[in-house]
This record gives sequence, C-alpha cells and structure tokens, in this order.
Amino acid sequence: MTVHEMAEKLSLQTICEPDPDREVTGGYTGDLLSWVMGRAQSGDVWLTIMSNQNVVAVATLADTAAVIFTEGVQPDAGVRELAEKKDVNLYSSPDHSFAVGAKVAALL
Amino acid sequence: MDVFRLHFDIDGGSFASAGNASVEVKKTLRQLGVSNAVIRRCSIAMYEGEINMVIHADGGTADVEVYPDRIVMVLEDHGPGIPDVELAMKEGYSTATEQIHNMGFGAGMGLPNMKRSSDDLKIETKVGVGTKITMVVRL
Repeated sequence: MTVHEMAEKLSLQTICEPDPDREVTGGYTGDLLSWVMGRAQSGDVWLTIMSNQNVVAVATLADTAAVIFTEGVQPDAGVRELAEKKDVNLYSSPDHSFAVGAKVAALL
Repeated sequence: MDVFRLHFDIDGGSFASAGNASVEVKKTLRQLGVSNAVIRRCSIAMYEGEINMVIHADGGTADVEVYPDRIVMVLEDHGPGIPDVELAMKEGYSTATEQIHNMGFGAGMGLPNMKRSSDDLKIETKVGVGTKITMVVRL
C-alpha cells in the first residue's frame, strides 16, 4: 500500500505529499523524538502530536514513509515547506493516535 | 580509498536547523554506497549528538570521517561538561528544561541511543570546559 492509498482510505487531510508512491510497511506512535528516532523503522507511518520542524528531521533520518499528525494537530509555520524539500509526506487526522493506529494496522 | 571528510558547525541557537548536519551525513553516506543499516546507525548517533550540543552546549562542531572499514564521528563543544557520565548514560535521565521537553526532546535517550548505535563511544568531558564525543561505526 502506498502512502497515497492509505491517506485516501483513511480520509486523511494531506498537508504535503512529495513522495505519494512511498510504500507503507508498518507504523510507530510516539512524541519523544529520541524514542522515535531509535525505534521507528524505515517504511513506518509515524503518528505524533508533535508539530515542530524537528519532526521533519527525525522522519528523514528514521526514513519513515509518512507522518500523520493526530488529534487534529497542524504543523507549525515552515514545516510543510521543509517537508516538501526533504521529501517527507505529511498528513493530519482529527482522531487520536490510538484510533488512527488501529486503522493503519487494519490496512497493513 | 581516500578518507572522506565532512565538517559542520552546529548552530547552538537554532532548534529549527538542528538535524541539518545529520541529514547531510546521511545523504553523503548514501552517495558513497554505504549500507542502509549503517546509514541508520550513523544518522541516529549524529542526530542525538547534534541535538545534545544544541540543548546543552550552545552548539559545537562535528567532524565525520569515512574510512574503508569504519565511520568516525567526532562531536566537540565548549559547553558545561558532564559532571556524572555514568548517570548521563542512564536511559531516562535528563537535565533538559521543561521548554525542551515540550518540543519532544529531553527523553533521556540521547547518550543511550548514541551508545547503542555505535560500535565504540568515547566521552571526554570536563566540567566548565566542554565535551568531546568520538563514535565509531564499523562497516
């Protein structure tokens, strides 16, 4: 499943999608960046309520397939532009992380 | 094969640009054909080091050397130093402020992640003088 297919099936709000064909292979939920950095796997969809620019750096370094901001969180100013530049797919969902995670898991 | 060298000045005042050096290292290692597993370990180690220098030391420098058999990352700052290295190495121990925590940092995983990601981690630190961290990842 590509990130674009996932976003459509879950009716996510697309913030930016510079790499729509990226394959989703798993998921990880967390807001402590070091924790995510050390544990999220390449190809994971990362669910978080963190909205700052460092999310883009961590997503790039951990090589996650996409970031979903949960609880209706929107990225801080400048985050979308940075993500476009770094090829990081960003989405948002009004649901909380557990609910979104369950939906992603059901699709995998 | 020649040794490949990268040098970065880490800006202490900016959380927004924190991670830039790590992303640059990742890109370079990919271009050099280094395996994904090694790239990941170097990326994690570098990023944690970079963030630590921004949080605690008002920035510093990072030097990365790529040898045929290993990658050496040296991070050096003139920050406050680490009074108790053993304590700092404990997962979950952090001296970061509330403001830092709110940004998603300060989980007390920085040094433990750096140790886990590298084959060799050396910490030279002196209170009031600074800290030099040398990490080796073997290819």
